[in-house]
Amino acid sequence: MTIKGILAFAAMGFAGSLAMAEVAPENVAYTDGAIETSLTGTPGDPVAGEKAMTTASLGNCVACHSVTALEAYPFHGTIAPPLDGAPDRWSEAELRGIVANAKMMFDGSFMPAFYKSGPYVRPGDAYTGKAGTEPLPPILSAQQVEDIVAYLMTLKE
Amino acid sequence: LAVTGMASADPVDDELIIDGDLKIVTQAPAPEHLQDVMDTIWSGWHFREDDTRAMQMDDFDNPGMIFVDRGLDRWNASMGTEDKSCASCHEGPESMKGLRAVTPRVDEATGKVMSIEDYVNDCVTTRMGAEALGMTSAPMKDLLALISMQSRGEIVNVAIDGPAAPFWEQGKEMYYTRYGQLEMSCANCHEDNYGLNIRSDHLSQGQINGFPVYRLKDAGLVTARQRFVGCVRDTRAETFGSGSDEFKALELYVASRGNGLAVEGVSVRH
Ligand code: HEC
Ligand code: HEC
Ligand code: HEC
Repeated sequence: MTIKGILAFAAMGFAGSLAMAEVAPENVAYTDGAIETSLTGTPGDPVAGEKAMTTASLGNCVACHSVTALEAYPFHGTIAPPLDGAPDRWSEAELRGIVANAKMMFDGSFMPAFYKSGPYVRPGDAYTGKAGTEPLPPILSAQQVEDIVAYLMTLKE
Repeated sequence: LAVTGMASADPVDDELIIDGDLKIVTQAPAPEHLQDVMDTIWSGWHFREDDTRAMQMDDFDNPGMIFVDRGLDRWNASMGTEDKSCASCHEGPESMKGLRAVTPRVDEATGKVMSIEDYVNDCVTTRMGAEALGMTSAPMKDLLALISMQSRGEIVNVAIDGPAAPFWEQGKEMYYTRYGQLEMSCANCHEDNYGLNIRSDHLSQGQINGFPVYRLKDAGLVTARQRFVGCVRDTRAETFGSGSDEFKALELYVASRGNGLAVEGVSVRH
């Protein structure tokens, strides 16, 4: 095998193993709003989770929720319940379900589904105002969902 | 399992009195068609910071007034193959008094929904022999500001029955449709959660009695249609065009949610 061939083979193998380990948005199984198993098989990183929760283009959770531990990021929303103590109220599986698609837990919730590819009414291409093509890339990647869940698990009171 | 954040409205308790004598109605009992969802309607003015509210209390401090002046120049300027100005046919802009309070409305002759922009373009194209002004172009917004000012203080009273009814229904349906990847409707933000903060934004009822608004963030005039474009885009949706039939219907419906508030002329928002 040439060097090029080996590299191509390695890349294929890498993509293949990712696809196998990661549950696609349309294949997620919800049980009473919860997702029992990790979406990626890779443990979440709470530091990356904190970033995803406070970045406007990602989770932007603080747009609606306040989190005392995230006070360094200004302007927390008042629309949704504070997330302090979330893991005292919810199991890890429930939190995973809420982050991936809160509408499975709370019927008709205002909280957006972060790991869903469709169907939507007039799906857009992110914030451009232009049409998007379904399946849309979910707002958060599977690993970002895991990272956020890992961060939420640190919010014990 | 519902853990709901209850909406509690906290519009600022204040009165809009312009230049010390013109009182603007910025708070009123909800129109009948809204009484099952809210008791009181408030202008967006009540949801802004003290200094932003103050700017609207003095025409000298209101940056929107520059556009009203520009509108008057445009009103008097000839254009198109007919070499006529608005003034040639309508005399002074005072002839437009009252119009802003009752539009959008359905035109009896054509059965179409007409907002002020549509009327202006009708005259520009069919009576002046000029090309239609862009919906959100500077000349259009200047004229809109001028015409809107003629009704300042008048109570919004947009018709929702008769020929308006089907458009009103269409607009209402849109108001409650959860668009885009964020699956949010106008009502999610402006009916369920007004008074609350979404990040640094203090949500108002999304009323349009104050439009056009001078938006400090954009340092320019923003029309209701422009605002709709932005709000739908922010739900990660494919938005509608500012001149679309859909947004005409939505404008009629949203205007009717403000029946009872006063036209503000040109307002100031952050
Ligand atoms: C646009 C508003 C909005 C955004 C953005 C949002 N949420 Fe929520 N969230 C809500 C609302 C509203 C509820 C309350 C449940 C209900 O009644 O719908 C909620 C509920 C929750 C709950 C359960 C409440 C509890 O007991 O603590 C968790 C956990 C949660 N959200 C986490 C998140 C995370 C993590 C993010 C970001 C990835 C996020 N939310 C983004 C609106 C939002
Ligand atoms: C994700 C939340 C959200 C959604 C959904 C939304 N808006 Fe808004 N809207 C805002 C915010 C934030 C502002 C700026 C603060 C304010 O006035 O509420 C705003 C402002 C407005 C204003 C300006 C009010 C003023 O006095 O300056 C209007 C009008 C408006 N929205 C109408 C609509 C309509 C119509 C829809 C649906 C097509 C809609 N909005 C959907 C968040 C939203
Ligand atoms: C050649 C004559 C003419 C010119 C020039 C003209 N208009 Fe008109 N305009 C009319 C007529 C006629 C009507 C219809 C009046 C009616 O139906 O009651 C009208 C209606 C309107 C209306 C609706 C008023 C209402 O109460 O229904 C507006 C707004 C308007 N014109 C604005 C303008 C503006 C702005 C300009 C200049 C850019 C302009 N017009 C130029 C003749 C003219």
